[in-house]
Amino acid sequence: MRFTLNGNPADVAAHPMARLLDVLREECGLTGTKEGCGEGECGACTVLVDGEAVCSCLIPLAHVEGAEVTTIEGLGAAHPLQRAFMDEVGAQCGICTPGMIMAAVTLGTRPSLATIRTRLAGNLCRCTGYEAIYRAIRRP
Amino acid sequence: MRTAVSTLRLLEPRNLAEALRMLRDEPEAVPLAGATDLYVALNAGGPGPRQFVNLWRLAPLRRITMPGDALSIGALATYTALIRSRLVQRRIPMLARAAQEVGGMQIQNRGTLGGNIANASPAGDTLPVLAVAEAMVVLRSAGDERRVPFGSFYTGYRRSARRPDELITAVEIPPIEGIQWFRKVGTRAAQSVSKVVMAAVRAPRPRVAVGSVAPTVLRLYHTEAALAAGRSIEEATQALESEIHPIDDPRSTATYRRMVATNLLRRFWSDTARG
Repeated sequence: MRFTLNGNPADVAAHPMARLLDVLREECGLTGTKEGCGEGECGACTVLVDGEAVCSCLIPLAHVEGAEVTTIEGLGAAHPLQRAFMDEVGAQCGICTPGMIMAAVTLGTRPSLATIRTRLAGNLCRCTGYEAIYRAIRRP
Repeated sequence: MRTAVSTLRLLEPRNLAEALRMLRDEPEAVPLAGATDLYVALNAGGPGPRQFVNLWRLAPLRRITMPGDALSIGALATYTALIRSRLVQRRIPMLARAAQEVGGMQIQNRGTLGGNIANASPAGDTLPVLAVAEAMVVLRSAGDERRVPFGSFYTGYRRSARRPDELITAVEIPPIEGIQWFRKVGTRAAQSVSKVVMAAVRAPRPRVAVGSVAPTVLRLYHTEAALAAGRSIEEATQALESEIHPIDDPRSTATYRRMVATNLLRRFWSDTARG
């Protein structure tokens, strides 16, 4: 199965119905993407497919053939959102953080608080109470 | 994933005709669109379909067009596509509204209108909208095409008029006169399954449909008749109470659902009152 992974061509020999989440973590060694609920409720496994946020636990590998997949590793440590999450301490246990950042990337620069609340409704955090996360997203 | 992936088989049609032949020749095969329901079941494990027909690449099924008077929404149109579509916003804004309350944006980006219909959950958020819109469900099979009125599409809990060899290819929405109204009540605005979900149209002959209070989505014909006859809202809510059959389940109780459903009817009526 061929697709573009973080800007580079990828060719993975895995079952077409394998979850994108498992392929990323186990075939591609990209363990930044986390499994939370495994049923599309928590958003921890959020990655971008052709620029749109999706839950990688609900994506069959066959659905990314020829697509562009971006994971947290693809943003790089220097990305302003990564820096803002560290500066604002927008993470505690850290499981939701890669998904939060990948969802936030799709919101453009300086989104309103209302936009953040609506668009990140599919990303759950059980530690922070969200305030530090919202501060981090509004900062860059 | 608790289901062993090696037990699964994915058929890959190159076009709609091929997909329809696969559904005819492989009676066990289930259509797979955005996967937002089917993968939840696969992740959970247990019994269920093991063979699937991949629809995701059948681009013609994504189209939202106005070939005549009716708006035609391809079955593969995602919730995000419904929210963004000018045609949907203009012709059936209550559908765009319902789409905004399905899951989070990750689900909206992949879940499809056809999938919501085919999944046949009594809690499906778009289903009361399609009921009051008096939509037609377009079903294609290898040899045939037929249209089923949405009002007779569901035949029981999670059962529909769709045969296993048929595919929902589109939904047709006739022009809707009147003020459209939609409200979903759940534990939170996004990412929750509804306790009660209602869509309605305020017109000389009002239309009201409600989800999560019976084995299928319900069109409330007696309630509508009471409203159309100019009876009091109290009489209309009594009609509603006689039409719904809510149950206790992990999301809510029958008593609470009755209260919310009658409150929603009152809210619909006051929200859409003019002059």
